[in-house]
Amino acid sequence: MEYFLQQLINGLTLGSIYGLIAIGYTMVYGIIGMINFAHGDVFMVGGFVALIAFLALVAIGVTAVPLALFLVLLIAMGLTALYGWTVERFAYRPLRHSYRLAPLISAIGMSIILQNYVQIAQGARVKPLPPLVTGGHTLIASEAFVVQLSNIQIIVVATTLALLAAFTWLVAKTRLGRDMRACEQDLKMASLLGVDIDRTISLTFVIGAALASVAGIMYLLYYGVIDFFIGFVAGVKAFTAAVLGGIGSLPGAMLGGMLIGLIETFWSAYFSIEYKDVAAFSILIIVLIFLPTGILGRPEVEKV
Amino acid sequence: MTQQAAPHARSQPLQAALKDAGLSALIAFGLFFFLIGLRTEQGPTGALEITTRLPQLAMLVGAVFAGSLARGLLFGRDAIGIGRFIPPALVQAATRIGRFAGPALLGFALLVPWLFYDNRYLLDLGILVLTYVMLGWGLNIVVGLAGLLDLGYVAFYAVGAYSYALLATHFELSFWICLPLAGILSAFWGILLGFPVLRLRGDYLAIVTLAFGEIIRLVLLNWQSLTGGPNGISSIPRPSFFGLPFVDDEGSFASTFGLEYSPTHRVVFLFYLILALALVTNWVTIRLRRLPIGRAWEAMREDEIACRSLGINTTTTKLTAFAMGAMFGGFAGSFFATRQGFISPESFTFGESALVLAIVVLGGMGSQIGVAIAAFVMIGGFELFRELDQYRMLVFGFAMVTIMIWRPRGLVATREPSIHLGERKAVGAAFVGQGQG
Repeated sequence: MEYFLQQLINGLTLGSIYGLIAIGYTMVYGIIGMINFAHGDVFMVGGFVALIAFLALVAIGVTAVPLALFLVLLIAMGLTALYGWTVERFAYRPLRHSYRLAPLISAIGMSIILQNYVQIAQGARVKPLPPLVTGGHTLIASEAFVVQLSNIQIIVVATTLALLAAFTWLVAKTRLGRDMRACEQDLKMASLLGVDIDRTISLTFVIGAALASVAGIMYLLYYGVIDFFIGFVAGVKAFTAAVLGGIGSLPGAMLGGMLIGLIETFWSAYFSIEYKDVAAFSILIIVLIFLPTGILGRPEVEKV
Repeated sequence: MTQQAAPHARSQPLQAALKDAGLSALIAFGLFFFLIGLRTEQGPTGALEITTRLPQLAMLVGAVFAGSLARGLLFGRDAIGIGRFIPPALVQAATRIGRFAGPALLGFALLVPWLFYDNRYLLDLGILVLTYVMLGWGLNIVVGLAGLLDLGYVAFYAVGAYSYALLATHFELSFWICLPLAGILSAFWGILLGFPVLRLRGDYLAIVTLAFGEIIRLVLLNWQSLTGGPNGISSIPRPSFFGLPFVDDEGSFASTFGLEYSPTHRVVFLFYLILALALVTNWVTIRLRRLPIGRAWEAMREDEIACRSLGINTTTTKLTAFAMGAMFGGFAGSFFATRQGFISPESFTFGESALVLAIVVLGGMGSQIGVAIAAFVMIGGFELFRELDQYRMLVFGFAMVTIMIWRPRGLVATREPSIHLGERKAVGAAFVGQGQG
């Protein structure tokens, strides 16, 4: 029981990170119907910007951890958002009216570019960061097992929930959110009704990238290491999460992220750690056989 | 936005271009400041240390500024149109030559072992290019003809390679028995993948095929007792010339034909083997397009609902497309295993799937010659930039993005219709449904 509880906590933490990345996938897919394959690498870039920004801040004398973390968060979100914007502007916008596979190939190319760019600029070796947020709470201390809830886990889950709330508010209540929902329903009709499509799509990428950068910071703080290749696996799993939850649906992305995180953690804990990804992908396939549009996705209406 | 900006840009082109270039440089500065301007390296204590690289940063930002300024002065804010600098006569000439590209390339391929007999490196490169041509043609059946987006094609390549390796090392079967077996096994896996994805469309299909490819790779990586795990399978039997091995011994290929033994014989044999396999793939694809099943694939690609309304069984149509594509992937995998003599899961990553898909899309989906040219350009170009070392993957990524923007329909953007009324003529690829579901 204690072991189960500990795995539940770990799974939810991991799931939060996946969920934050998945939101970026699901938003972009909802609006322009493309798989932004480079999104996982934008997440990786976010982690790297955060790492370097933190080291730079320490170098210039900002050593108070809460202040440094806050500044890192601002810098990483801003710059990663700029990466998201540039990727869209450079690789996707010229192909917006092309056929479906064109932006996908462009995105795969972009993913290769980002990975190798970071590898060349910062080296291929793993970058370790000493733990910044330490300590935690002991929830249950039985003789057999001690259940720990560390501070970093609390921060990850709390930040994710706060961002999700803010983002849900943005989509539901603001002008931008309304524009985004309009674009999701019908891009052409939205443009006829005066929605600036280019701006809305750009901002979607910007927001998605900013959320991914937060996920990157969480990953960096939680695991303490980062390298140029983490974007691929995390990206594939986050996209799996988005599809599992029903692509285009925001709560679905979060739910899917949590599910993938939990499946992965429990599988590693109770069965075999080697096959954790196989388990996550198999569950994706099984879910899609029975619910072809994901858990919270709306059924696609085919019109002739 | 472009229309509003146009008159302004025309009246003061330099000013507008300068403004745009300044903005681009500013963005570039933001993008590159942390990742290029600063570098982290593990110091002697193990902790990360930070160093500055401001000259490189300044150079990059300057390059972005200059590039953006040149673009602004040449094209204003319009899209970059290189087309207007190419004289129409050249385009016409290229089209005329293009008709002979297929036979010319085939002739060249047949002559390669003679032309480069002494150049082992070029022969190996030729074999590699032809392997990708074959993979591209195999995937073309699934993506180009049936319009099913498959991101996990490498799974079938892996199944073929491991089937051959395991059959040959455990049961000592010869290459020519293993080849069809590997093809059948791969086709079987193709059908197995096909069943769950029958109801899925578009990107759901894409992600499930991707997941399938990863599952196969992870199983190969972790099922140590069967596949050897990350160490892979080594000492896979090399191919023989219909039973005559390529060794310096009695009863070998060289002694039977009274030739002096040379290790190049095997390379030349492998070259012709993969050429033959690739041509079989091509021939089968061309023939299948004229059969009812090929017509059904193309009909399904264009409109699945209409296809179903006309009484075509989309279940069998999809499954056969997956099975056919997978079978050729399996053949290519067997060939890969026998050529390398060693296989490990590292050869079957998602990157390979992406590369083959890129070859198919950049070549022009559904165009056989386009796929061959794309494989030649991509793999050959990749080798050409070997000196650039770590920069070549970056160049490769940029090439993918720019080719897609420049020619979204691929290098060969015309299609031969399978069926025609009256005169036979090629149509623009924009009129053909591609990778729709």
